[in-house]
Amino acid sequence: MGMPISIHLRGEDVDSPIVVRVVEDAFDLLREADRLFSTYQDDSEVSRIRRGELDLEQADPLVRQVVTLCRQAGELTAGAFTDQLPDDDGVLRFDPTGLVKGWAADRGASRLADLSALTFCLNAGGDVVVGGAAAETEGEGQGASGGASGAPWRVGIEDPRDRSRIAEVVELHHGGVATSGTAARGAHLYDPGAQTFVGRAGSVTVVGPSLMWADVWATALFVGPASLVLRFSELADGYRVISL
Amino acid sequence: MRRIVTSILSTISIMVLLFSYHTSTNGTTAAASPVVQQPASSGSTSPARSSKKTQHSTSKPGSAAASSATYTGGVADTQWGPVQVQITVRSGKITRARAVQYPQGNGNDAQINNYALPILDQQVVQKQTAAIDTISGATVTSGGYLQSLQSAIDQAHL
Repeated sequence: MGMPISIHLRGEDVDSPIVVRVVEDAFDLLREADRLFSTYQDDSEVSRIRRGELDLEQADPLVRQVVTLCRQAGELTAGAFTDQLPDDDGVLRFDPTGLVKGWAADRGASRLADLSALTFCLNAGGDVVVGGAAAETEGEGQGASGGASGAPWRVGIEDPRDRSRIAEVVELHHGGVATSGTAARGAHLYDPGAQTFVGRAGSVTVVGPSLMWADVWATALFVGPASLVLRFSELADGYRVISL
Repeated sequence: MRRIVTSILSTISIMVLLFSYHTSTNGTTAAASPVVQQPASSGSTSPARSSKKTQHSTSKPGSAAASSATYTGGVADTQWGPVQVQITVRSGKITRARAVQYPQGNGNDAQINNYALPILDQQVVQKQTAAIDTISGATVTSGGYLQSLQSAIDQAHL
């Protein structure tokens, strides 16, 4: 993880004890994910797995769930997404970080969705998931039906070539917006086919029902061959891509 | 947690948790616990929705009819130090925005300042009708700053 996470709520009674409780629960889910998966924490289960101190069979069920999802993501993206990433010495090791961020955010969002009268926007280090009250009654991009919760969340997409600019705005009532690129942290996205980190400019943003899958596809499309977008359009029903 | 009450049409509450860890390319970590702030009142004239009247900064909010007011976003700890955004609102429009606290003493000063001010100049002041709620980008390290800007924007009822 290693990123700032913010939760925005819109609606009435945002200060009620129930809301406070639910938001705290959402943050707890994110903390739990950090505790299990963070490669920056020596005693996380993923760190221990990487050092060979913990077998997958003995790991937390959530870790096994993520491993399964990583395998599915690899199959879906024809191998462009991988959970085997080079460590500091260039040795390929188990690292589900690319999927965990969106997965954890989606889990937090599911808890926030329990606040049926509110609409929420969760931003996890630049990946965004929104949902809540308006999601039940309106589709994406439609105008407000009149209530406070009717307005969509407006998600600005950073221009990768000039990070002071907003390149596009996505209006969303429900779903995720994930962006992959090199503008902030350099060539940290790994292409398993070429076995090299990708340093090209630009970014890929994917918008769709699940932030986790949007994130998987954003990463895959950024590092993968240009032809992968054809596979994306065939398989990723309900998702759209913005390449900058 | 930051709690911000805004316009007559909607009540917005923003809670921020900073997970910020040491990385090989950055300096020491920022705070990893929630930051509690009480925002200034929205000055709303609506009788029906909830509102808060507590102040959190030295700036004072104007009423809905006031010509000018200055709002200060909550201080956010970033990996380079605390960053705070101040915006000036005149007749409901943001007319000026600036960062009022600059990180000191590390080589990244120019980086965050150059990143911050153009965002304020272009997006906030010139594109107010765009009213961005949040930003998706290949960015991790400036999240604290963006959240501060967002808190300032929400205080101005955008």
